[in-house]
Amino acid sequence: MVYVTSQRKDIVRNEGFRTVIIMKIDFSGLESTAPLCGASSEMFDGFSTSPSFQIPDTTDFDDFQKEAIQMVKPAKGTTTLAFIFKEGVMVAADSRASMGGYISSQSVKKIIEINPYMLGTMAGGAADCQFWHRNLGIKCRLHELANKRRISVTGASKLLANILYSYRGMGLSVGTMIAGWDEKGPGLYYVDSEGGRLKGTKFSVGSGSPYAYGVLDSGYRYDMTIEEAAELARRSIYHATFRDGASGGVASGMLCFIMWDQPDGRSYLVMTLGNFTICTIQLNQPLSSRRCPKLEFLCYSI
Amino acid sequence: MTKQQANWSPYDNNGGTCVAIAGADYCVIAADTRMSTGYSILTRDYSKICKLADKCVMASSGFQADVKALQKVLSARHLIYQHQHNKQMSCPAMGQLLSNTLYYKRFFPYYSFNVLGGLDNEGKGCVYTYDAVGSYERVGYSSQGSGATLITPFLDNQLKSPSPLLLPAKDAVTPLSETEAIDLVKTCFASATERDIYTGDKLEIVVLNADGICREYMELRKD
Repeated sequence: MVYVTSQRKDIVRNEGFRTVIIMKIDFSGLESTAPLCGASSEMFDGFSTSPSFQIPDTTDFDDFQKEAIQMVKPAKGTTTLAFIFKEGVMVAADSRASMGGYISSQSVKKIIEINPYMLGTMAGGAADCQFWHRNLGIKCRLHELANKRRISVTGASKLLANILYSYRGMGLSVGTMIAGWDEKGPGLYYVDSEGGRLKGTKFSVGSGSPYAYGVLDSGYRYDMTIEEAAELARRSIYHATFRDGASGGVASGMLCFIMWDQPDGRSYLVMTLGNFTICTIQLNQPLSSRRCPKLEFLCYSI
Repeated sequence: MTKQQANWSPYDNNGGTCVAIAGADYCVIAADTRMSTGYSILTRDYSKICKLADKCVMASSGFQADVKALQKVLSARHLIYQHQHNKQMSCPAMGQLLSNTLYYKRFFPYYSFNVLGGLDNEGKGCVYTYDAVGSYERVGYSSQGSGATLITPFLDNQLKSPSPLLLPAKDAVTPLSETEAIDLVKTCFASATERDIYTGDKLEIVVLNADGICREYMELRKD
């Protein structure tokens, strides 16, 4: 087995008598910021050392990736949206995952909790988004421990964007929004696997996003109440699922997350509908406090 | 200069189907035992099910060489975990481990479609379903492999539960009893065998409950 270490590995192509180096692959995204402690023994080599991606031993990397992805057909997510308004950040997503033309799941959680005050959305490759958001959560926590303060949304989105940029061209498919609340208030960034990173107040990502944008843009006002914002988000996702075959999801009922910080008793409304997941984050507690808001669940019937 | 196409692919599809159903205090994992390549049958007696931990069983279809390698990696990691933590890995932990193991081969994927079944820390049945590169989800039932497109709609009809995204978290596990779930699985495979050439020969059913693991077999059509 070929193990690629954390140094760059050059992909080499032989053209006739010349050897052409065509790609440098940077695996620094997998390294943690904390140093690995303890000596690595022979027995654990390959397990406790820094993990790395195995690369196929082929002359035509791009074609191989294309074929491999077509064959395994990894699950893809579809319509997500997020916007900032007066009360906070509203995040919404559908719940369908498709594998090629087959619907692999109607109940995918596309809103991923990076940490208790930051959410990420999933659009594009499901595995890519799940893995890199979890990796981002680890990095954010390490940042917190190393610097004794929470990472900002700007910082977290930059971390993710840099990692994705280093894998640019390798076939990752990630279209995500990082939404959260930090010292500067609500933050919303769009990050994609091409390496793009945009700060904004309103985004929609996925195959159903044109439809969602139409409804979102026409109904958006900065000074909405939470109920109006939730209704707008719900309507946008609904219209996207109506017209886009790759978006959807089946469920019924309405439910709520209520996030509150026990010590001071303030509560923050986070709503989730059956097949559309809508969350609001309001985290206006002092950042110096290290208390994490607890997620509690309530149920509303429709 | 014309581009040369690769004549050799590192992958092959050995076919087969796997199903898992989670119950209130049990979990049923089943897979057929046919291994094929192209239109040929390699063997009629190949087990696709692997016990990873006391409370965790994995069934995989796809390319069995990759499946075998994956099972070895997971068993080795589980052994190390046992030495380090002095206990068996729980099913949710194994679920996350499998996801990471699959994703670390993101650029050279394991051609393996897995379902992981077992009992969670509370003793309730849990089933995790995966795609080939590691995206996973806890569900009440799942089917993977060549017959999955035939079996999943039937299971949706019989077992469709409220979405796990709803709150209060409704159990995705089925209210069926253990014997009813086993019967359902047998029915699924009997039907899938009729219409899928890669599914058949024999059905291996593994049931995990508080008493342990038990295995039974059922004959399927051999044509």
